[in-house]
Amino acid sequence: MLELTQEEKAILNSEFATTGDKTALSIVVKAAEMLGAKRLVKITSSHIDGCLYHGDSGVLFCENLAKNGAKAKVPTTTNVGALNFIKTNQAKLSSEKLQMAQRLMDAHINMGCTPSWTCAPYQIGARPKKGEQVAWGESNAVAFANTVLGARTNRYGDFLDIACAVSGRAPYYGLHCDKNRNAEILLDVTDLPGNVKGEDTFFPVLGSVIGRLAGDRVCAVSGINKIASEDQLKALCAAAASTGAVGLVHIIGITPEATNLPHVFGNERPREILSIDMDMMKGAFHKLSQTKQAGKIDCVALGSPHFSISECKKLLEVSEEKDFKVPVYVCTNRHTAQELKAQNIYSKLERLGVVFIIDTCVVVTPILPGSGGIMMTNSAKFAHYSAGNTGYRPIFGSLADCIKSAQNGHATLNYGPWK
Amino acid sequence: MSWCGQVLYSGTAKGTVLRLEAPISFWGGISPDNARVVLENHPQRGVKITDKILIVPDPIGSSSSAAILLELLYAKIAPKGLILGTNKDAILPISVLVAEQMGWNTIPIIAMENPTFKSGEELEIKPDGTIHSI
Repeated sequence: MLELTQEEKAILNSEFATTGDKTALSIVVKAAEMLGAKRLVKITSSHIDGCLYHGDSGVLFCENLAKNGAKAKVPTTTNVGALNFIKTNQAKLSSEKLQMAQRLMDAHINMGCTPSWTCAPYQIGARPKKGEQVAWGESNAVAFANTVLGARTNRYGDFLDIACAVSGRAPYYGLHCDKNRNAEILLDVTDLPGNVKGEDTFFPVLGSVIGRLAGDRVCAVSGINKIASEDQLKALCAAAASTGAVGLVHIIGITPEATNLPHVFGNERPREILSIDMDMMKGAFHKLSQTKQAGKIDCVALGSPHFSISECKKLLEVSEEKDFKVPVYVCTNRHTAQELKAQNIYSKLERLGVVFIIDTCVVVTPILPGSGGIMMTNSAKFAHYSAGNTGYRPIFGSLADCIKSAQNGHATLNYGPWK
Repeated sequence: MSWCGQVLYSGTAKGTVLRLEAPISFWGGISPDNARVVLENHPQRGVKITDKILIVPDPIGSSSSAAILLELLYAKIAPKGLILGTNKDAILPISVLVAEQMGWNTIPIIAMENPTFKSGEELEIKPDGTIHSI
């Protein structure tokens, strides 16, 4: 049975709490009951997925909350929206839908959210520490918060995320609790060749494998290089959270609480141990392409999750300042864009043929021309969602492959170890 | 025959089962405009989920799925009821809580381990979480 604190009961019955605050708390309470939680837990931050327009229903709900005085009680960042505020709009939505998307974003600002509009809040300073209880939405951000930062969040979907932000609380269940953070299965990549583990594409490909094998279970992965970069870990988390309902991957030596194997398994033996071999990895690599890996391409899409400053620098460096024959869409957030401008990288990339998509991305809102085509990408998440959401069939490759393909106008893959 | 599941959201529903044969994320997997499966390579691509008792053995993927279900509820093209293979997250059930707050249609959501119902079966869901074949 769920037990509420005096303070929580007081809010629900208060004459002073706004109707919006009460609605938010009552949704959190009902969700907690559904999930079998015994209590709520106070949170220190929230990341809102619900600000992306999917239809009028979400707008009406959020406006209703805002109108009734709901205010975020903890620092709250916003995920991508369906349009961009700071560039001329690129989203091909009808004027009615654009207006609704704008109203949804406005409602979140009115509730006190920080207008960050990014799927990678961890790149702009939202970095809860090990053990911090938070309520984040957006599957890649959730996986990153748990796996890389060691914070504690479940996969909060639309509406429960804003309800948690406004109430400052979350149902105490799932990955908020110690015992549920223990891993159930062990995926071992120790035997994969060292050169493979250094590949750009290793991380998204491994992430895809992890998501399929783990499903919604917490898993541990051993044998990954401890010097993996944050961009690589970001790619792994996003991929795992696309192919599975993955919230936490204990990467031994990287995840803050995954200091050693026995600890991760609560001093019990793993229920299942799977050794990941090259055949599985090759299979996953090729599955990320949904058309033949050759021929003319219509565009390159980068930045799911949002492209970081270091990735933009790498893009500039690897391109050797040779022009692109097809548009290279770089999806990122306004903070990163500002920094790129300050460092004089933004205009250089634009001159090469980069089209920056700020505050949103090409897969969550209609931006790409026509109703379909061939997209080259180094993002497993783009590869996973592109065809369904945009009609563009993905070809997956490394960043270097994407750049070369953009410069040639046709897919130019150096399969490396994935032949 | 009857079965008992865990009530995530109570209600009644009577209808034909549609079982999702491969894991799906509602976001990217189901169109909010016409309630059809749109996921590339999904064995049931093109199938409409409206008015079905939808069996989702493995809900996966994006946390935006709640928005898609809410949109289906608001547009009155939602399934009649949902039977989920897991109660580990509240992503889909939360939409029904929001629909209730807004005074829109709600549907029962039941969680049970390894639901074995097959497409085409006729089922009735009762408010206490019991499921009866009819």
